[in-house]
Amino acid sequence: MTAFILRRLGVLGVILFGSSFILYNIAAISGDPTADLRLSTDPNRDFLIASLTRELQLDVPPPLRYFLWLKGVLGIFVGNPNFGMGRDGSAVVDSLALALPVTLRLVAAATLLAAILGIMIGIVTALRQYSRFDYSMTFIAFLLFSLPVFWVAVLLKEYLAISFNNFLREPQIPMRWIIGIGLISGLFWASVIGGSRKTFWTAFAVAFAASSSLVAIFGATGWLLNPSLGPIVVLLLSIGIAFGVTQLSVGLINKAALRASLTMAGLSVVAYYPVNWVFDNYPGSLSIFLMACVLITTAVFIGLAFSKIDRAPIVRTTIITAILSASLVIVDKYMQTWKPYMQTDAINYRPVPTVGQRNDLLDSSDFWISSLDVITHLFLPTLALTLIGFAGYIRFARGTLLEVLNQDYIRTARAKGLSERTVIMRHAFRNTMIPMATILVADFAGVVGGAFITESVFAWSGMGTLALQGIRSQDLNLLMGVFFITATMAVLANFVADLLYSALDPRIRVGSGA
Amino acid sequence: MARKSKASVESTEVLSGENAIQNKEIEGLSQGQIVRKRFFRHRAAVISLVTLIVIVIMAFTALDFRLFGIWRVPGWWRWTPEDLPELRFGDCPNDTVGCPTISFMPKFLGGHGIGLGRHPFGQDDIGRDFFALVMKGTQRSISVMVIIGSIGATLGVIVGSIAGFYRGRIDAILMRFVDFMITIPVIIIGSVIGYRYGNLGATFLALLLGLFAWTGLSRLVRGEFLSLREREFVDAARVAGATNKRIIFKHILPNAVGVIIVSVTLLLSGAILLETALSYIGFGVVPPDVSLGLLISQYQDSFTTRPWLFWYPGLFIISIALSINFIGDGLRDAFDPRQRRRISKKERQDSATAKKLAQAND
Repeated sequence: MTAFILRRLGVLGVILFGSSFILYNIAAISGDPTADLRLSTDPNRDFLIASLTRELQLDVPPPLRYFLWLKGVLGIFVGNPNFGMGRDGSAVVDSLALALPVTLRLVAAATLLAAILGIMIGIVTALRQYSRFDYSMTFIAFLLFSLPVFWVAVLLKEYLAISFNNFLREPQIPMRWIIGIGLISGLFWASVIGGSRKTFWTAFAVAFAASSSLVAIFGATGWLLNPSLGPIVVLLLSIGIAFGVTQLSVGLINKAALRASLTMAGLSVVAYYPVNWVFDNYPGSLSIFLMACVLITTAVFIGLAFSKIDRAPIVRTTIITAILSASLVIVDKYMQTWKPYMQTDAINYRPVPTVGQRNDLLDSSDFWISSLDVITHLFLPTLALTLIGFAGYIRFARGTLLEVLNQDYIRTARAKGLSERTVIMRHAFRNTMIPMATILVADFAGVVGGAFITESVFAWSGMGTLALQGIRSQDLNLLMGVFFITATMAVLANFVADLLYSALDPRIRVGSGA
Repeated sequence: MARKSKASVESTEVLSGENAIQNKEIEGLSQGQIVRKRFFRHRAAVISLVTLIVIVIMAFTALDFRLFGIWRVPGWWRWTPEDLPELRFGDCPNDTVGCPTISFMPKFLGGHGIGLGRHPFGQDDIGRDFFALVMKGTQRSISVMVIIGSIGATLGVIVGSIAGFYRGRIDAILMRFVDFMITIPVIIIGSVIGYRYGNLGATFLALLLGLFAWTGLSRLVRGEFLSLREREFVDAARVAGATNKRIIFKHILPNAVGVIIVSVTLLLSGAILLETALSYIGFGVVPPDVSLGLLISQYQDSFTTRPWLFWYPGLFIISIALSINFIGDGLRDAFDPRQRRRISKKERQDSATAKKLAQAND
């Protein structure tokens, strides 16, 4: 195994070397950094050209200059990487260090969201193969595939951000919206649940009534201006989560699991006030992290306390319930922050921003307000990237699950009388997740490329903006720095995906043959 | 739950019947005929094919163009992108100018009647007819797409088949090179090339971009060749004395053509999105030339006041890319030998009655 990993890392090094060599030469040949100086009428033009040539070592031909660049980059191994100087005289490393977290935040949020939504919808389409739901989701997936990301981004800016901000000034939800949202959610849930005509219409009616009355209540109570869940709603939702998670993971028939997760859901409400007290008095990532640790330990103990046999699945169920209901408490905290956030001078009741990755005018002393600011800024770009990205996940999850459902072991599982839930969740879903996990990792790197356009539409100062700036100003070092980071990430991600695949799928053995 | 398992039992029972129906359908047909038949059964794919053909014909006949640079062939549309007709004032919503005159609302419903009007897609800020501009942009985008696609496909098939067929050192060298190229995000290399060579014209840009679009396809073709070259029919051909060239072109390629065609359609839809994205960020087609992405980037600021300048180019990009994706889906189904069509209830009943009748006759 170690030999395999070392060999693969060696290959990765060769690939990085080759691709950066190719790009360096292409970029060096296609752009002359002194071009704009040559055209200038500056009296000391020749001096400027000479100094730039000396600084960027332009007198060395590109294939050789590459090695000078490489020498600096290889300093990474001694902890002193040198990506060269940019045209503006600043070290490229510093610009990269500023830009990388911005892009990573965007890409991580978008990939995660796209994967979760895409896999869920893909699985439902596979289970309802050839239904109307399947056909309409397939159509939507193809439509999203074909959308240019810049076009979607501009649309989102216009309709979601500006119109929504205008709407928030006077949040009266008109009747046609209430009915429209109700119809859409009714159709969605009814087709997801499927079944006979009677079930379909019952589901439709329930979903329609529930969502349109919810929307109407939101509109009537001004909830959008001052949203909150409150302990009672948190409790109800947590109980719902406990039932849902138990049903999906071990089945409601497992009373021990149900009791454990219900207790966990109850606990999260008991903890509601103390936790909010901690949130208010000791805000910060550290206290959230510590509380998450406490939460998971509690969940493990509760799971162990309620179970006698078959402990692992029950503990797992309890942990999932705990995490979900604790996130409800955090969501509730953010909802309480919403009103003070909107009242700040920097926001002034226009909370959905269209440009930038943070609001510089905002007084960032309050942890909750400043992190809410980051979240609202993430909202539109993430949505744009997610919309484009999750089409692929729908198709892929659907295809994989259908393939798995055709396998013999699924037929065996059905034949020995396992419930449909066990067959789908235990046998089919887990095997679907093996290729999905590897795709997810590899996709994470691919989205970095896709984020270039999104960043430029939303004026984020991330890696994409740096790369475009590097190309526009013929800044070879800047461009190569961005490329080197993204390419390393892509190559490493593929490597991790391979390892993950072999770890998840016992049929694949690395190291023995390869 | 019970419903589902019952259905699966049912489907195993009727499997032999389904096979019989499927086999009957393809009896006595050549491979091409089977593929064509399956393709035309895919409704979405056929609709997309028609849409794409209509868009292509519309875009390429709307404007004047010069045949071999000498003869001027007049287009059917009354304006060209260079014309500067008067801006339409008045009767536009919100006091804007140059709004679209296209209308689908019949007169008796209070609309302007179904018709195109003088400027169906409206006018831009200096009065140029936007329909003519969009048609010109569509022409550009489609030709860039076709050039990138054909160069990418040719190179990909050549490299992939050489690597897959000859294996060994050639394969290792070529595939390492592909590894190198695939690591470079296409948007970066496209921008680098586009920034430098975009002003040399769309065709030249497309040619260059095509040189970098073949890598994914070549990997796929190589994989296909590696598996096909081990099959018996290749051995048989070799024993019969066929040359390598003959084996590649007559025996292996026809068997790989399904995979190739499907991924070429993906390459095409990727190419149009790449071109429009590059033009949007200013590294693709540059003014005074027109492309769909360029139109969007030029007029996105006027979105709030004159949204049609933004909608129509986007609509054309989406229609083209969507049609190609659906055609690709149809082709994938058509070429897939394992593909099973859903047998309709009626057909199932028909075959059951036929079976019963046959038994009764016995």
